[in-house]
Amino acid sequence: MHRDQEKALIFEMSKPGRVGYNLPALDVPEVEVASLLPKHLIRETPAELPEVSELQLVRHYTELSRRNHGVDNGFYPLGSCTMKYNPKINEDIARYPGFAQTHPYQPEETVQGALELLYNLQAELAEITGMDQVTLQPAAGAAGEWTGLMMIRAYHESRGEGQRTKVIVPNSAHGTNPASAAVAGLETITIPSNERGLVDIQALREAVGANTAALMLTNPNTLGLFEEDIVEMARIVHEAGGLLYYDGANANAILGIARPGDMGFDVVHLNLHKTFTGPHGGGGPGAGPVGVKKGLEPFLPAPIVAKKEDGTFCWDSNRPQSIGRVKGFNGNFGILVRAYSYIRTMGPEGLLQVSQNAVLNANYMMRRLATAYQLPYDRACKHEFVLSGVRQKKLGVRTLDIAKRLLDFGYHPPTIYFPLIVDECLMIEPTETETKETLDEFIDAMLQIARECEESPEIVQEAPHTTVVKRLDEATAARKPILRYQPAQG
Amino acid sequence: MKYRYLPQTDQDKREMLATLGISRVEELFADIPEEVRFKGALQIPEALSEPELVKYFTGLSNKNVNFSTHVSFLGAGVYQHYTPSTVSHMLLRGEFFTAYTPYQPEISQGELQAIFEFQTMVCELTGMEVANSSMYDGATSLAEAAVMAAGHTGKKRVIVSRAVHPEARGVLKTYAYGQSVELVEVGVNSEGVTDAQALQSVINDNTAAVIVQYPNFFGSVEDLAQIESIAHGSGALLITSSNPLALGILEAPGKLGADIVVGDMQPFGIPASFGGPHCGYFATTTKLMRKMPGRIVGQTKDENGKRGFVLTLQAREQHIRREKATSNICSNQALLALAAAIALTALGTQGVQEMAMMNLQKAHYAKHALEAQGLAVEFASPFFNEFAVKLSQPVAEVNKQLLGAGIIGGYDLGLDYPELAGRMLVAVTELRTKEEIDQLAQELEAIARA
Repeated sequence: MHRDQEKALIFEMSKPGRVGYNLPALDVPEVEVASLLPKHLIRETPAELPEVSELQLVRHYTELSRRNHGVDNGFYPLGSCTMKYNPKINEDIARYPGFAQTHPYQPEETVQGALELLYNLQAELAEITGMDQVTLQPAAGAAGEWTGLMMIRAYHESRGEGQRTKVIVPNSAHGTNPASAAVAGLETITIPSNERGLVDIQALREAVGANTAALMLTNPNTLGLFEEDIVEMARIVHEAGGLLYYDGANANAILGIARPGDMGFDVVHLNLHKTFTGPHGGGGPGAGPVGVKKGLEPFLPAPIVAKKEDGTFCWDSNRPQSIGRVKGFNGNFGILVRAYSYIRTMGPEGLLQVSQNAVLNANYMMRRLATAYQLPYDRACKHEFVLSGVRQKKLGVRTLDIAKRLLDFGYHPPTIYFPLIVDECLMIEPTETETKETLDEFIDAMLQIARECEESPEIVQEAPHTTVVKRLDEATAARKPILRYQPAQG
Repeated sequence: MKYRYLPQTDQDKREMLATLGISRVEELFADIPEEVRFKGALQIPEALSEPELVKYFTGLSNKNVNFSTHVSFLGAGVYQHYTPSTVSHMLLRGEFFTAYTPYQPEISQGELQAIFEFQTMVCELTGMEVANSSMYDGATSLAEAAVMAAGHTGKKRVIVSRAVHPEARGVLKTYAYGQSVELVEVGVNSEGVTDAQALQSVINDNTAAVIVQYPNFFGSVEDLAQIESIAHGSGALLITSSNPLALGILEAPGKLGADIVVGDMQPFGIPASFGGPHCGYFATTTKLMRKMPGRIVGQTKDENGKRGFVLTLQAREQHIRREKATSNICSNQALLALAAAIALTALGTQGVQEMAMMNLQKAHYAKHALEAQGLAVEFASPFFNEFAVKLSQPVAEVNKQLLGAGIIGGYDLGLDYPELAGRMLVAVTELRTKEEIDQLAQELEAIARA
């Protein structure tokens, strides 16, 4: 179909009588449904679902996919999301029948391969983060944050310090940090960053006290800067009786270079769908394992995988101080398989090179783009960096416009307007899987856009020009929500 | 050693370092204090080449009994179902699986439209007015529903039936502790459904919600109409957790007055995968729409008046509201929602009914086949595709013997319900043949006799 046409909804293609499935005939005697179920609980009106042939189905979803941009299509420097290449082999492996076609309630002796994989992954993530034990149960980063905070809360309560309810977060933190604290029944204290983009140590000193549960920190932080005073920060928090929580969203910068456990963190979550190549899937599934130091081990969600003396693997559910379950079954196992496949592909030297190249790529881009865009923090960044569009704003072009203009060049734009502390922010994370040629082409596009802002700003202000739809009316979408298809009346 | 995911050549690196005016990449890490720098190599196994990797993981996979090696009667919330081949093919299109949350709608119309269609399908199945784009799984979706009910009603007491999945209750308990929600469990009667009298006696004006599973953990079909009148009679919301496939034949919870309907889309196109990733769904009424957790896709128009889709009602979410958000959820299960949407497209109106009917019929045939071999079924209430059977030996022992006969036996209810020790929860989906069911019945009889 022509890209300028409106794409039909699958419901609009439906014709009664068409099918895209094939089930075997019923091979048992059919019994009257009314004799099996009470009348008032038998469905009266069937769910109206699409009725299309298999080829129609294939064309529909193929066409939808053509209206979508993924890492496989092109560069995707979405800051803090680590949009690196998702290896194809991981998709093959996750579909092996011994992984995809196993049931979580099978007896341990029938799933030794799956348990061995989980056990190894627990141990290797513990080594990578410098922690003592890991739970693989949380389904995503935010679920990991909440899990970690629940453990921190349980730790304090077990020591008779239930008054420790305050979680300190820097003003550069991800929105999930304060939200996860609230879901864990804790309160957030936000502290400012200093002129260097780092946590204001004096503000931290003033914020800690007898009610401090934890400091939640992303390091490198969301500005892509390493918190150089981490040792002092850890000392301040620990001396006040609090714990340190590491948000692993930016772990792609530190593999084999610095471990949260060695920096003084007590609890760490990792986003396996970021650093460890789980496909982002259009918004998930993720996986957010949480690692802890010895003192917090008793509070880990149950069960974890253990190794018996005879070398076989089992579930360890006997954890009386556990915070309980944080997700059904065994976490997002399929994503854990993919992550483990990636770790085994890279090995220790490969993971180190991942972070080195991610950081080199980011610094290279930052330096070259600083000629045209304001660089609010002019020092070596880690795996990502932020620019500010304030110069362009003076010319009447917003960062949103720059982002939309990038669409015309075939790129996914950077994260925009985050972190909140940088005006007209663009947060750029190239990742290590991109070639120098791709970085150079993107830089050229950004420099061209900067020139357009000066010479013909309307090109940028009116962008995008080449996408299947133009800018969409989000205000009306929120004011008068249409959240499902409704067949035309009459 | 060369790494196929790392494209920078030595020359690339030299050029980039020259641009930066430095000679070694290590200089970029000079701001990391010496004392926290990691020295040496991570103690993890050395890298594997692609053929070695395949061999290693094939070896691990082969150690696992699975649905391709054995015939499964195991369910308890995760099921082996027919999945059209088209699901995996469409899902593996890189444009879908390598994209992230559709923050830039102009280049994410495919994903956004697919989710909008998914939301519509959830509404159709559940009989609800609105649905979100997905939650992590059925268990977390249930817990979020309870928290939402508490937030909406301003009441902190939630009643949950013991016939709700034990793991979902486990997750609910963890969430409830975090949010200071009081949980009250209500028991199950001898029929295997929620004890309505007991529910009536514990419910009061301070109750935010009543949670039941429909069909419940034992496979029994709760009388939602009766529970609805008790819940609403006290001003509590009614939350149901439903296997969406069962809704192909059971009356939609929305039609029976449910305020929030949650569950897991796993039966539609999502492999069991040792427990995840699956796909929680979340549906509610227009009235409660703005209290919903998670991402929501809405229809709108572009500057030229052309139909398009965007993430909407974002004022509820963590990236805007931070600690005041309705939930902390960010990444969800979008790819699995897509899988479910594709499977539901393949099945369509007829397929969902036909598949649900096959589950119902085969499960009832299995019940009779087991009874014919002298086994007794625990509960007399109507059921969908699962039922509890009484065994004369411990379930774990019986399952060991079944494994030898090539069968993955049912769930041991005694693990969660001490009073039901020796009861096996048997799941029968459309994939089980008459022959396989007969074999199960014969094996169970032989084990009982031995």
